[in-house]
Amino acid sequence: MAASEPPVLVVAPDRSVVDRIRALWRYRELLVGLVRKELKVKYKDSSLGFMWSLLNPAMYLAVFYVVFQIILGSGIPFFAVYLLAGLLAWNLFNGSVTGATGSIVGNGSLVNKVYFPREILPLAVVGANLVHFFLQTMVLLAGLAIMRYDVALEYLWLTVPALVVLLVLASALAILFSALNVYARDLQHLLELVMLAWFWMTPIVYSWSLPAEQLSERGLPTGVTLLNPIVPIVIALQRGIWGDDGFVNPDGVLVQVLPDGGPLWYLRNLAVVGAISLALLVIAMKVFGRLEANFAEEL
Amino acid sequence: MTDTAISIDGVSKRFRINQDRQSSLKERAIGFGRPKRGHKDFWALRDIDLDIREGETVGLLGHNGSGKSTLLKCVGGILAPTMGEIRVRGRIASLLELGAGFHPDLTGRENVFLNASILGMSRSDIATRFDDIVAFAELEQFIDEQVKHYSSGMYVRLGFAVAINVEPDVLLVDEVLSVGDEAFQQKCLERVRGFQRDGRTIIFVSHAADLVRRICDRVMVLDHGESVAVDDPASAILIFREHIHGGLSLDEDQVLNHGHVVTNQVRIEEVRASWPGSEDHGTIAPGQPLSIAVRYACDEPIDDIVFAMEMRNIDDVNVYSCNTDVLEQEVERVDGGGWVTFEIPALDLVDGQYLVDVGCHTHDVITEYDFVHEAARVTVVGSGSVGGVANLGAKVTHSPAG
Repeated sequence: MAASEPPVLVVAPDRSVVDRIRALWRYRELLVGLVRKELKVKYKDSSLGFMWSLLNPAMYLAVFYVVFQIILGSGIPFFAVYLLAGLLAWNLFNGSVTGATGSIVGNGSLVNKVYFPREILPLAVVGANLVHFFLQTMVLLAGLAIMRYDVALEYLWLTVPALVVLLVLASALAILFSALNVYARDLQHLLELVMLAWFWMTPIVYSWSLPAEQLSERGLPTGVTLLNPIVPIVIALQRGIWGDDGFVNPDGVLVQVLPDGGPLWYLRNLAVVGAISLALLVIAMKVFGRLEANFAEEL
Repeated sequence: MTDTAISIDGVSKRFRINQDRQSSLKERAIGFGRPKRGHKDFWALRDIDLDIREGETVGLLGHNGSGKSTLLKCVGGILAPTMGEIRVRGRIASLLELGAGFHPDLTGRENVFLNASILGMSRSDIATRFDDIVAFAELEQFIDEQVKHYSSGMYVRLGFAVAINVEPDVLLVDEVLSVGDEAFQQKCLERVRGFQRDGRTIIFVSHAADLVRRICDRVMVLDHGESVAVDDPASAILIFREHIHGGLSLDEDQVLNHGHVVTNQVRIEEVRASWPGSEDHGTIAPGQPLSIAVRYACDEPIDDIVFAMEMRNIDDVNVYSCNTDVLEQEVERVDGGGWVTFEIPALDLVDGQYLVDVGCHTHDVITEYDFVHEAARVTVVGSGSVGGVANLGAKVTHSPAG
């Protein structure tokens, strides 16, 4: 036996969040194992394997490019870079939350039989999506390097806190919905609709200034756009990667695309969303803990 | 640090049986505001207290629906109790979920790693034990095949091999010995005994009283979610049978003999205790040789057999027990009939009456052929008024200082 103090499992109706996090930490290797499994199972028996995860955004890129750049003529230069900056993050968020929602129900046989911290299941989905995200980002970065794209260094670092905040928010919703879905199974279907609406409510394929201008014309502050918690994340990524807040169109007119705040303005927004996401994560784990007691019976 | 491995403290578990389960949002929305149609509460466990020491094997005995499996699931962390708390020290593994979490599309190798990490093993631990696991499962050739191509036997073997190699501090066994073929049961039981020797804590759930009696140190009897008794196996089984079971349900060819279920494939016909002069007087002096001769008979040849004897004093304390295996005099085969004689060179016991039980069973003790309770009585007279059990024959000297 190992000389170290053996772990103590406490089984009680309501365990503290700290307790739950400690248990999660102990099972971190399982998390890695499950992420690996998610990825392996997904591409088993497919000849293109991981290439599929690259083809998906490539296809989106092609479609949106045709629709928004050519047909609607948004005029944003390097539209592909602008689009991918937001789209890859959205895919990470959307894939994590919708995928995780069914994760407990989908692993019912496991939940019924073996103990492990159940939060691992939704978190593994987030992890698998994160791996995809990094792969896709590699391709984006390679593209930028080949183009010798001029990134704005004083904004580029924003991508790191933006990604962290995005992960916290995605994890919180993943944990919350995976538990709720055990009791209300069609949450999954409802969520697909909500995510579709959410996507179009977020300035990913269009510029942030379009809804902002609409708000200004009606005498409302442009800050209203930031109430959508994904917006501060997406615009920080766009500002960091696409690199500017506007462009000069062929008529010599300056067209605003993103808010003209400095890096700290972007960071402040991220901090607010980050704080809310953290609070949400704690609530999600509490709710999860409450509902978890009866998972085995409901499944 | 205490040596308590598992403490179960006031644990109750309520199941809610909804008359109309609302598990979709639509049903919930429609049902909202209406008076809730009744749900029934069902207490699967009520106020269970139990402390289990490290290295102890505790049986949970009860018929179906008594709550024993629910309690095991609570200990395993699969269900959370409605009230109370359970603390388990150390790594838990269960032999109830062989191959839980195997993914059909992954290879045996990948599944071993995944399954073992679900059971709480680290990747490096799994890597060092990987060859053992595969060898135990006898799947060397197939380990890189997808598990969906495995037969169910291969599947179970691999699951079992992982479970026993997890090196748990606490092992949960739930009726596992009642599934699978005989060879598999054998392997399970051998492993359980191995775990006992290693001083690991085991909780053993069964409704097979006989198995519980042979394996457990202590037994909790459960009935309708309540603990009826926590006692040594023999007493607990008696309570289980008298209080709860109501009657006996034995296979046709089995009979009950002082709490032992015996098959009578081998019958103990006669047991004779003798010592020098035993024909003349009925008592034996301490230090004299004693022989216990057992005459058996059987109708068909049997080559898996152990003869055992146990000597108890009047307080039911085991004074000495042995069998042909531990004495390294294996009985290869019995056919027809014969004698087995236990020779005790010197019976160094204090005065009193001693009872001898004799039995014979398979090497794994799963099947008992016969058991004779109080097959012989031996009365020791002559050691005087010394007390205790063993006559250690002390001498005393006194040397005053000056």
